[in-house]
Amino acid sequence: MNPEDIKRPENKVYSRPELLCDVSMHYCPGCSHGVVHKLVAEVLKEMGVEHNCIAVAPVGCAVFAYNYIGVDWIEAAHGRAPAVATGAKRLNPDRLVFTYQGDGDLAAIGTAETIHAANRGENITIIFINNAIYGMTGGQMAPTTLEGQKTATTPYGRRVDLNGYPLKISNLLAQLDGTCYVTRQSVHTPAAVRKAKAAIRHAFESSYSGHGTSVVEIVSTCNSGWKMSPAKANEWMVEHMFEAYPIGDLKNTVEK
Amino acid sequence: MKEDVKLMKGNEAIAHAAIRYGADGYFGYPITPQSEVLETLEALMPWETTGMVVLQAESEVASINMVYGGASTGKAVMTSSSSPGISLMQEGLSYIAAGELPVLVVNVMRGGPGLGTIHPSQSDYFQAVKGGGHGDYHFIVLAPSTVQEMADFVGLGFDLAFKYRTPAMLLADGVVGQMMEKVVLPPARPRRTEEEIAIQCPWAVTGHSAHRKPNVLTTLELDSAKMEVNNERFQRTYRLIEDNEVRYQEYYTDDADYIFIAFGSIARICLKAIEDAREQGLKIGLIRPITLWPFPSKIIAEMSHKCKGIMVVELNAGQMIEDVRLAVEGRVPVWHYGRMGGIVPNPPEVLDALKSHIDNA
Amino acid sequence: MKKEIIIAGFGGQGVLSMGKILAYAGLIDDLEITWMPSYGPEQRGGTANVTVVLSDAPISSPVLDTFDTAVILNQQSLDKFESKVKPGGALIYDPYGIHRAPTRTDINIYPVDAMDATLELNNSKAYNMVVLGALLKINPVVDIESVMAGLKKALPERHHHLLPLNREAISRGMELVNP
Repeated sequence: MNPEDIKRPENKVYSRPELLCDVSMHYCPGCSHGVVHKLVAEVLKEMGVEHNCIAVAPVGCAVFAYNYIGVDWIEAAHGRAPAVATGAKRLNPDRLVFTYQGDGDLAAIGTAETIHAANRGENITIIFINNAIYGMTGGQMAPTTLEGQKTATTPYGRRVDLNGYPLKISNLLAQLDGTCYVTRQSVHTPAAVRKAKAAIRHAFESSYSGHGTSVVEIVSTCNSGWKMSPAKANEWMVEHMFEAYPIGDLKNTVEK
Repeated sequence: MKEDVKLMKGNEAIAHAAIRYGADGYFGYPITPQSEVLETLEALMPWETTGMVVLQAESEVASINMVYGGASTGKAVMTSSSSPGISLMQEGLSYIAAGELPVLVVNVMRGGPGLGTIHPSQSDYFQAVKGGGHGDYHFIVLAPSTVQEMADFVGLGFDLAFKYRTPAMLLADGVVGQMMEKVVLPPARPRRTEEEIAIQCPWAVTGHSAHRKPNVLTTLELDSAKMEVNNERFQRTYRLIEDNEVRYQEYYTDDADYIFIAFGSIARICLKAIEDAREQGLKIGLIRPITLWPFPSKIIAEMSHKCKGIMVVELNAGQMIEDVRLAVEGRVPVWHYGRMGGIVPNPPEVLDALKSHIDNA
Repeated sequence: MKKEIIIAGFGGQGVLSMGKILAYAGLIDDLEITWMPSYGPEQRGGTANVTVVLSDAPISSPVLDTFDTAVILNQQSLDKFESKVKPGGALIYDPYGIHRAPTRTDINIYPVDAMDATLELNNSKAYNMVVLGALLKINPVVDIESVMAGLKKALPERHHHLLPLNREAISRGMELVNP
C-alpha cells in the first residue's frame, strides 16, 4: 500500500492539539506533565477561551509551560502563582485565569498563597501536579513525599518523626468555603486521561462562571526522580500513591 | 477657605490620590505606620465609582505578587507597606524590576532592623536605592516631604513607571505618613480603557491574544547570552532615567557657606534650623533630593565647589551620605548627623550639630 | 502670625482629637497647618501628644523643640514639656492628678480645673472640649465659629447631635480662665 493513500484527512484519528506549541518539551520521557499540558490545551480550545485566558506558570518542572501552551502567560515566583493569579483575575474578572503548579510550589513554599486564594474563593482554577518529589532540582523530598519514600534529601526514606507526614493539601482545600470543586485524578491509563480531561473542563467552567476556586490534583509519576522506568513508575504510583492520595472528587458544588 | 483644600494625613492623601489618578488596583497588608492607606481605600470604596480594585492580602508576600499579577496585565497597580513588610516584598520587587513592570510601591519607613520600632525612620535608604532584592536593578525612588507631595507623587510615580516601564517607589517616613496638612488633591481622571492599555502596553498579558502572538511575562532566561542582553536593556533604561529624571529642591543655596542635605520630613527640620541660623547670621542652605534614585549628584558636586562644608542629616546611621561623598569627591568636608530607633531630631539639635563641626573645622 | 502648640496627656483624654479640631478650625480660617501626632499603641493608654502649628505663612518643620503654648493633662507630660515652653509663652494644665505643679517664672501658667468642670457638666467625653475652651480663651488662635465648623467636619454625622454639648463645654472651659 502507498503511504500517501493512507495520509488522507478522512483517515486521521489524532493530531497535536492546536494550542500545543510545535516545540520539543523538556520533560523526561514518561513524565505526566506532557499529558496534562495536552489536556489543558484541548480543553481551552474546546471551550473557545484561548483568546480570553491568562495562565500562571510556577517554579518547578512546569516553569516553561508558557513555551508549550499557546496562550498569554505570567511566570510567577516560586509558590506565588495563586497570588499572581488573584491580581490578574481581580483586575480582569472576565478572563479565564488558572495556575499550573507542582507539589513543592503549591504545598510547601506557596501554602499560604494557595490556602488564602482558595479561602477567598478567587475564581481561578489550580492545576496541581502531585508527583511526591521535587523533580526540577533533582529529586528532593516534597511535602507530599510518602512515608518511607527515598529521595535525594531522604536517602533512607521519609521519616515522619523527622519530616512530618505527607501533606494532603487537596483534602485541606476541600474544607474551605471558597472552593467549588476539588478533585484528584491521574493520567496513567487512557480511561484515567479521559476522566482527568473531564475534570479539568469542569474545573475551568466552574471557576470561569464565578463559583469560586477549583482544584484539579493530578497524582503523577516522576520516573526520573523516583529512579524507575516509566512503566514501573506507573505501577508504583497505583500501588503506593493512590493509597495516600485516593482518586476521585473531594468536593463538588457545581452540577456537572 | 478654598473648597478644594483638604486637611488630611499623608497616608490618607496617598489613598485619595491613587483613586483620582485612575489607579486600577491596590493590594496591601496592615502595618503601622501606614495602615491608613488601606483603611482609607476600603472606606472610600472606589470599586463603586472608578472600578478600582482594593484587596487586603494575607501577607506582604501575597500583596506584592498580586501587584505583579495585576501589573502584568498592563493595569496601574500599587501597594504600600512599612519597613518590615517591604523586606518581605523584596523577592517580588526583584521580579517586578526584572519583568519591567510599571508599578508603584509606597514605603512609609519605621525604625529597624528587625521588628524595630513603629516610629519614623529613614533606615531603608540603602534598600530602596541600591536594590534590596537580588540582581542588578533600580527603582525610581521619590521622597515626599509634605502631605501635598504624598498626593502628587502617586501620579508622578505612576507616570514615570509607565514612561520607562520600570517600577517606582515612594519612600516616605512615619512623620509624613502620620502628619496632617493641607492638600489640594490632583484632578480626578478616568481609568484607562482596555483598548488604551492594549496600545500603551503591547507587552501586557491581557489574555486577549486573538490578533497577536501570545504574550508571556517571564523573568527567567536560562541562556546567559540572552540574559545579558536583558540586563543591558535594563541598564540602558536606568541611564535614560539618570539623564532625564533627577529632581531636587534648593533652599537658600545662593549665598550659603554651609549646606544641609536631607530628604523627606528631615529636610523640613533642617529648613527650620536654617531659618533660625540665618537670624543668628549663619548662612546655611539646603539641598533636598526629591529623587533618591536617580540621585542629584550633579548639583551636589557643583555646590561642593562653592561651599565650605556639607552636613547630611538622616534618620539612620549614615546611608545617603555615601552618595553625597561620591558626588563631593573630597572637595569639602562632609559630616553626618543621624538619629536612629525612631527618634526624630529637632531643629536646634541639628543646628548645634553643624555648629560643632564648623567650630572644629 | 505663627503659633506652635503642643497638647500632651494620657491616651484616651482626647489629646489627638483636640489637636485635630484646632487644625480643622485653622483650615476654615485659611491658615497653614501641621498636625503631628505621637502614634501607635501609646494612643491607647500611655502618654499621647500632638504638635499643632498654625501660621499665615508656609510652615517648615512639623517637629519642634520649643512651643508658644503647651496644654498639659498629666504629670509625665508636665515633667517632659514644662521646660519646652518658650520664655513668655503659655502653659495650660489641669491640676487634677498633678502632684508637682509647674515652677517656671518666665512663662504664663494657667491652671484649668477642666476635670472638675467636666464632672459638673456630667459629660465625661467633653473633657477635651473644656480644655480647648480654656486654650482658646488664653490663645484665640482660631475663631470659635471655625472651631464649631471644624468639629462638624471632624465628627461623623451620627454624632452631630452632640455639637451643642460640645459648644457648652467649650464655653465652660472659657469661663475657667482669666488671662
